[in-house]
Amino acid sequence: MANPVTVDFPRNFTKALNDGQLRRNLRAAMDTLGLRRRNLFSDPEAFEQLRARGDAIRRRALNKLPQLLEQLERTCTENGIQVHWAETPDEASRICLAIIQRHNATRVIKGKSMVSEEMHLNHFLEGHGIEALETDLGEYIIQLDHETPSHIIVPAIHKNRDQIARLFHEKIPNTPYTEVVEELNAIARQVLREKFFAGEVGVSGVNFAVAETGTLCLVENEGNGRMCTTAPPVHIAVMGLEKVVERLEDVPPLLRLLTGSATGQLITTYFNMITSPRKPDEKDGPKEVHLVLLDNGRTQIWADPELRQTLKCIRCGTCLNHCPVYTRLGGHAYGYVYPGPIGSILTPQLEGLENAGAMATASTFCGACEEVCPVKIPIVDILRRLRVEAYNKADSPHAVKGHGYKVNAAENLTWKGWALSNATPWVNALNARLLGLLGPQLSKLPAPDIVKKWTQSRALPPFASKSLHVLAKEKGIGDE
Amino acid sequence: MPTRPEKVYYFGTCLIDLCYPQAGMAGIELLRHAGIQVIYPQQQSCCGQPAYNSGFPEEARRVARQQLKAFAKDYPIIVPSGSCGGMLKHHYPKLFADEPEATVAKRFSDRVFELSEFLVRVLDVKLEDRGQPIKVTWHSSCSALREMRVIEYSKSLVRQLKNVEMIELQRERECCGFGGSFSVKQADLSSAMVADKVADIEQTGAALLLSGDCGCLMNIGGALEHRKIPIPVKHVAEFILERAHG
Repeated sequence: MANPVTVDFPRNFTKALNDGQLRRNLRAAMDTLGLRRRNLFSDPEAFEQLRARGDAIRRRALNKLPQLLEQLERTCTENGIQVHWAETPDEASRICLAIIQRHNATRVIKGKSMVSEEMHLNHFLEGHGIEALETDLGEYIIQLDHETPSHIIVPAIHKNRDQIARLFHEKIPNTPYTEVVEELNAIARQVLREKFFAGEVGVSGVNFAVAETGTLCLVENEGNGRMCTTAPPVHIAVMGLEKVVERLEDVPPLLRLLTGSATGQLITTYFNMITSPRKPDEKDGPKEVHLVLLDNGRTQIWADPELRQTLKCIRCGTCLNHCPVYTRLGGHAYGYVYPGPIGSILTPQLEGLENAGAMATASTFCGACEEVCPVKIPIVDILRRLRVEAYNKADSPHAVKGHGYKVNAAENLTWKGWALSNATPWVNALNARLLGLLGPQLSKLPAPDIVKKWTQSRALPPFASKSLHVLAKEKGIGDE
Repeated sequence: MPTRPEKVYYFGTCLIDLCYPQAGMAGIELLRHAGIQVIYPQQQSCCGQPAYNSGFPEEARRVARQQLKAFAKDYPIIVPSGSCGGMLKHHYPKLFADEPEATVAKRFSDRVFELSEFLVRVLDVKLEDRGQPIKVTWHSSCSALREMRVIEYSKSLVRQLKNVEMIELQRERECCGFGGSFSVKQADLSSAMVADKVADIEQTGAALLLSGDCGCLMNIGGALEHRKIPIPVKHVAEFILERAHG
């Protein structure tokens, strides 16, 4: 499903906040993921050291991004992996389609990939008569219910067991209702097994691509990713072009940070390193492997040193798990592919501030995301930058798409007035006196919108009759 | 940390100035009880954070310059707030990075200390509790917790009071939903967050909520009052002044 041109954030947010079932499901799931992460990274000092390494690896990779991408193309090609470049999601989808059609394929099996969500690949392929079946259990569940992922790691996390039981019963033919987890797993396994054997092309994402060796790394827990990348004769890997790392030795620390941050696992059940198609003397594996590298605005983000840090992300999703906003909304309310703190800095840059700029206002700057980020992305600083860009019409080459969309005389005037008052002591003193005098009367006056919004759940602030300036002077506190 | 100074500057914060001056005075009194001479520059106003976080850095700088001027001498600057303290200490260098005042701003920032950290680490204050037994709970502001990292000092002051039982919140590390303009720009989200915070406070059975930040107290206190829940809120400085010197 393509994104609507504009997302109605207020409506989405209110709807999510009023959905008690969703709130309970999310809270329980996020608490569990957070607890697992804390148990794994129980030594704060060791974690700080590890994430300093993760940060350094990602920064080094991004600083050399153009060279590393060229090197990756060279090493992959030498290994027999065919490399394709796509500037837009649509271009990437068309590249995939052309490969699929060349093999006269109509059945595609997919491993979990957020970039394929960015491309809206399933919808695109469906439009060309190609069935794309999600094989990650969470992705399979939401595909059955015609939903998009609500979380970048655990895409069906907004649903609980009962909801999944009902869904399986209703959507999978001849399926008796059961709430037993093992039985639900068995049902999905049975459906998916058949699909794996029938799949003609496998599509996967990429967690890290190693420039030095031309290796595509894929992290997963279910084995479905390995099935998608080995069972069909053709494998297409889609990847955001920032996912490249320089050396093979960069992978272990990043892998530890990724699995630990995401699910609190020391390592996942499966870790796939794909370095070539099937070789003549090999018995299995795809005969063709393709790597599609997607830009979709990443080069523009990369050009700005501050915004570039957005691209350090390894998509562990722990910022979502720890975000007080995400845990109350879930991913769907954000309306775009990437929700939560990382989504709130990435999406406005990809989609333009005029479309997604409001995401940057959905934060208290509490910093819980930064505290757990395994590669130290300055999420709050970037959110603040996006708020600045929203009011900044200046035409700098690094300006975020849609910059200045919020410029308006009323807010400009308000802040100018605020600055004048707070930079001019006598005006400030006068304002304090007026507020002190008027304070008790405020509730009787017709309330402007901002006051109404405050008082929907709170009493008005208690304006004091004497300010601290006045009290300090009366008490003889020195002024120098 | 600096050695014990003779004189300190006190940055009262605009919110305390307008709404909680008694909390501001309490901080001053605690410093004076510890034998420190306190200077309150009358030229001071706001740290600039409201504009800085709302997308108006020029306006924030204009107001910040006023503080650089008002606190020009080489005294430590004590702030009874993690949030405003964080702005002065961690964001002024960024705000002025490309400005002529870059060096001045950096030196200014180096002199900024949150009140409870200063009371504990520099002045090593010892408190004797003269109050009746009471159960309190504690709210950590996000900036005090993650930016200034001073929560342990604030709590250690409360723990010195022997008749005070402090019951911790279940989700102490979670934001109360204030976030300055967030509280009105995302009013529904903010309301949902403060509602959960209020429920957490209620389940402790505490008779009083303490915090080191008046922004959070205005938010949580306002929500408690709105729901007619009889749990008052108090800035930690005011509380320990009453208990130890009241």
